[in-house]
Amino acid sequence: MRMLSHRHLIVPLIAVLFSLPLSGWAQHESEEHQEESSHAEATHEGGHAAFDPTATALHHISDANVFTILDFIRIPLPMILYSKDEGLDIFSSGKFHPGEHDNGEYAYHRYVLFEGNVHRIKDPSFPNDLVEIGPHSFSEHIDDQNDEVVYLNYEGTEYQLDPRTTLDNGMFGGKFTSFYDFSITKNVLSMMLVAMLLFWLFRKAALAYSRRSGMAPSGVQSWLEPVFTFIRDEVAIPFIGRDRYLKYLPLLMSLFFFILGLNLFGQIPFLGGTNVTGNLTVTGILAILVFLVVSFSGKKHYWQHIFWMPGVPVFVKPLLAFVEFLGVFIKPITLMLRLAGNIVSGHIAILSFIGLIFIFGKAGESLGGSVVGTLMSVPLTMFMMAIELIVAFVQAFVFTILTASYIGAAIDDGHH
Amino acid sequence: MTSLIAIGAGLAVIGAGIGIGLIGGKAMDGIARQPEAAGDIRSGMILMAAFVEGAALIAILLSIFMLQG
Repeated sequence: MRMLSHRHLIVPLIAVLFSLPLSGWAQHESEEHQEESSHAEATHEGGHAAFDPTATALHHISDANVFTILDFIRIPLPMILYSKDEGLDIFSSGKFHPGEHDNGEYAYHRYVLFEGNVHRIKDPSFPNDLVEIGPHSFSEHIDDQNDEVVYLNYEGTEYQLDPRTTLDNGMFGGKFTSFYDFSITKNVLSMMLVAMLLFWLFRKAALAYSRRSGMAPSGVQSWLEPVFTFIRDEVAIPFIGRDRYLKYLPLLMSLFFFILGLNLFGQIPFLGGTNVTGNLTVTGILAILVFLVVSFSGKKHYWQHIFWMPGVPVFVKPLLAFVEFLGVFIKPITLMLRLAGNIVSGHIAILSFIGLIFIFGKAGESLGGSVVGTLMSVPLTMFMMAIELIVAFVQAFVFTILTASYIGAAIDDGHH
Repeated sequence: MTSLIAIGAGLAVIGAGIGIGLIGGKAMDGIARQPEAAGDIRSGMILMAAFVEGAALIAILLSIFMLQG
């Protein structure tokens, strides 16, 4: 049965591999659903969820503590965990021996790896050491509040796991945990890689400018110069002003190239499929940065227009002040949501189109359905990825242009 | 409840679609009338479309969060 379904899966597998935005998807999913379908056969329970596209998509756009490339290359990442009762723990996520589905086969200091994310076992009676827990020991349940709770079955006992960690500790939709996670995750590693790549590119260009001054640009210069002058001439100068833009140009350029670099990095197939700019925490920090810059460079004219709008009747002024004061916070919040929303929706759309193969193919049981699904999925996915390339540029540009317009409004001193 | 959330997200997209459509149409109109102002109109168009999109994205993310519980 198992061999047969593997053979049935070859055609969609090959197709998926060529249209894969996020790594490890094909093998990962097919095996998962074989297990699920065999489970359904064994128990004959009605209403068994064969393939859940929503959960799968959400899983594949989330951050992870292990960098998985094509589901067989697993690069361990450093874990830096802090809990109040146990203190600081620094080790490599290779200690978990991540296997199938990025589930760790070992527990270490009551930390376990479930679907690529570190969780902690709440119960202090669990051995506080390196413990082998085996490959298939996790189970998910839905609790009263419709939240997923994960249990670890170890030597006949069910241990409840903490929710997955978030550095924001629950601020952006995560759950509260008993420990803080400062690990170098997949997203953090991608940010570092992109930052180093940008540093290298721009250093190279800068050296070329000093060495070849007065000559035509060459090499990496001729790629960066048009983009750089475009942002300067179309974004910085019109919105901030010719006499003051230089002070804010480094910020705008860093924002633009950092976001663009991460957007494009997340779209390279087979390379871990990182979703950094689609992460609300990342875009939230970028938006807070913009908020701080705008607020601290705001002149008297800007604050006066917020709290005591000139030129309107007095009874309207408090109302306008309320609305404008809210606007001060809504502006960075929409910056945060817009970037994350666009990137996440693109990734989810691509994943859903790939999910068509598994929906039509009944998770590997029906070859004909898989072929139909593949024929639909591949062109749709390619189309979506082309759109996503445009979106990567447009969203980086929009973030920069909006930042420039907010800064421009803040430092405007009223002499139009 | 789930279907209501989905309908809400769909309505938000319809609203943003109408808004961005109007912006794009008027911008094309303006560029056709005054091709020399194409650059200014284009950046204004993108800026306005981003604002409209922002409102829709708030609705969509709210619905995603509501779906997740």
